[in-house]
Amino acid sequence: MATIAKSGTVKGPLVPSIVTKIVNSLRDLSNTLLIPALAILTAILVGSVMILLAGRDPIAAYTGLVEGAWLEPRGLVQSLLKTSPLILSGLAVGFAFKGGLFNIGAQGQLIVGSVAAAWAGYAFSGLPSWLHIILAMGAAALAGALWGAIPGALKAYSGAHEVITTIMFNFIASRIAEWMISLGSADGKIPPGPLADPNSGAISRTRPVLESARLPVVFEVPPPSVPNLNIGLFIAVAAAILIMLLVNRTTFGFELRMVGLNPSAAQYAGVNVKRLTISTMAIAGGLAGLAGAVQTLGINGYYEANQSLGLGFDSITVSLLASNNPLGIMFSAFMFGSMDQGTTRMQRSGVAPELILVIQALILMFIAAPQIIRWLYRVRVSGKGGQKLSTGWGQR
Amino acid sequence: MDILGLTITTGAVIATLNATIRQAIPITLGSQSGLLSERSSIVNIGIEGMMLMAAFSGYMMNSYLSGSDISTFADDNMRLGVCVLVGVLTGGLMGLFHALLCIRYKVDHIISGTVVNILAAGVTGYFYNAQTETKGKIPPLISNPWEKGDFLYNVGAVLFDKDIITYLTFVIVGFIAFALFRTVWGLRTRSIGENPRAADTLGINVYRLQYTNLFFSGALAGLAGAYLTLADVGVFERGMTAGKGFIALAVMIFGKWHPIGALMGALLFGFLTALQSQLQFFGIVVPHQLVALIPYAVTVIVLAGFVGRARPPAHVGQAYEVE
Repeated sequence: MATIAKSGTVKGPLVPSIVTKIVNSLRDLSNTLLIPALAILTAILVGSVMILLAGRDPIAAYTGLVEGAWLEPRGLVQSLLKTSPLILSGLAVGFAFKGGLFNIGAQGQLIVGSVAAAWAGYAFSGLPSWLHIILAMGAAALAGALWGAIPGALKAYSGAHEVITTIMFNFIASRIAEWMISLGSADGKIPPGPLADPNSGAISRTRPVLESARLPVVFEVPPPSVPNLNIGLFIAVAAAILIMLLVNRTTFGFELRMVGLNPSAAQYAGVNVKRLTISTMAIAGGLAGLAGAVQTLGINGYYEANQSLGLGFDSITVSLLASNNPLGIMFSAFMFGSMDQGTTRMQRSGVAPELILVIQALILMFIAAPQIIRWLYRVRVSGKGGQKLSTGWGQR
Repeated sequence: MDILGLTITTGAVIATLNATIRQAIPITLGSQSGLLSERSSIVNIGIEGMMLMAAFSGYMMNSYLSGSDISTFADDNMRLGVCVLVGVLTGGLMGLFHALLCIRYKVDHIISGTVVNILAAGVTGYFYNAQTETKGKIPPLISNPWEKGDFLYNVGAVLFDKDIITYLTFVIVGFIAFALFRTVWGLRTRSIGENPRAADTLGINVYRLQYTNLFFSGALAGLAGAYLTLADVGVFERGMTAGKGFIALAVMIFGKWHPIGALMGALLFGFLTALQSQLQFFGIVVPHQLVALIPYAVTVIVLAGFVGRARPPAHVGQAYEVE
């Protein structure tokens, strides 16, 4: 008995080991969830102060946020629709991080994916729906993969850092897409872009995707609401599970993580780091391309300028928030999608939508620096401390 | 003058060169900001956010003082001087915030920079009110001394009629280039970027130097932001930095972490950007979107082809633990 009192743990046959195991895993779970929960709470409190500073009512604002995002079928479906591309583009960032690459290029990869999906969606007619969808999704994944693989190859063979090249590729992708859907000059000297819809009036966008390429609906929202839940969400969830298996259960994933942790050691152990860098960026780009396809084929039905503005950068936060864990990304994407959806209702109480950005930044900060939370609430949590992601500039 | 079938006028050349300088100033200041930070072994992808926050605070101060009836601020120079100072200090504080997260809390530098960027976009967007007005922006420091029609007038049109921040930028680059390679501070800064352990052993207070340099790094990004709202554009718009902070980072790598090299990179990028906006005046008819991507494409090509494997400060991006 003396030993029990001293160490505080029970050993031996006194308590069945299964119970100890359950208690311990529950304690672990509460430990892992305590910091994120307190981080979100603190960020919301700081947000309240900002709402008060602007002379508005925080309770009304947050109630609006939750109502708009979750408490009505229409809002919930919209939140889930916004979640689907975020999961895929979040995976595009997180997967590259696992291999030690910082893919800021999800935005550009997403744009080329959207455009490719729109093109394949209207250029082929007479196909059965399942084939047309696979074709359009495949075109988007391929375009995104190519857009990711080029910076990967530049990194592998010339040492040009992916952070810089992917940012440049974002700009280039959005300019090319703008050109493709541009209306041309009024005097006819500059012709309209190759994908521009001649029947769209004055709106720059591609031709509408054929009905056979639209993602099938799985849940219809009661009228008069239009957007219905389509299979995009399930594609995204399936991708998250596949990426998790790829990273944790395959040789490729093992090599990927090895390169991510120490490229020199991986090289020494016989990993082809150059080829791995290119394939990592190609897969990441393909995931972002799929995100664009889910948006074009599932939501808009065409590509229009700026349809995914900011989505690529949100996906960086989504991934970081989940420590680049594929399954965690699903939840952080849902949180971001919900917040995005809820702001529309929140604005009715006079609060600017940018408040959400402040809250997101604070959540990310508190989760990355748990010591602040521990200090604020005087909690003692055994944590890993700050996570390590980047390996600095050009260390391979 | 006709070159390759293009009609090039003096006016178009002057406009291109002036646009080059206008585009290059914030990117140059941003690249110097990144340089100070990375030479001190801290990656700074938060330049974009620091710029935006300073652009906002400088502009809001200008708007506030323009409406105040305190006699001191009736003078334009006094008012704008205070506004620039507010912008620079805002940047400096953001730099210290980034340093605090990276050094004290050992947050990954990329995450901390991302926090800075999102926070700045959120705070400025949240508090920005489109109804604000000001009494105007920074006037040119020296006006063109030559008469119109004189050949020297054309030279003067590029050299003069610029605001004080433009001139200051070139002075700052020269000063940093001198200080980094010719002073004790510079030697110490480079040493904590390469090998903080060795520097620590020799009695250099690594953390204090990092905090100081990050303050100045932020202040430079702040000056870039102040340039945008107080000298260049004159008003604030949501997200107005539009990637300039990231391009500044590209330019810094392009210049291989050397102040003068970064300045050259910024001028090249500014020139390409200026060229695309001037091309239509040269009589070329092409979709402007395709011309607009040239600066970015050239940056990639130059980075991949000519700069090659740039060698960053050895310890950049890693936390240092004092023993």
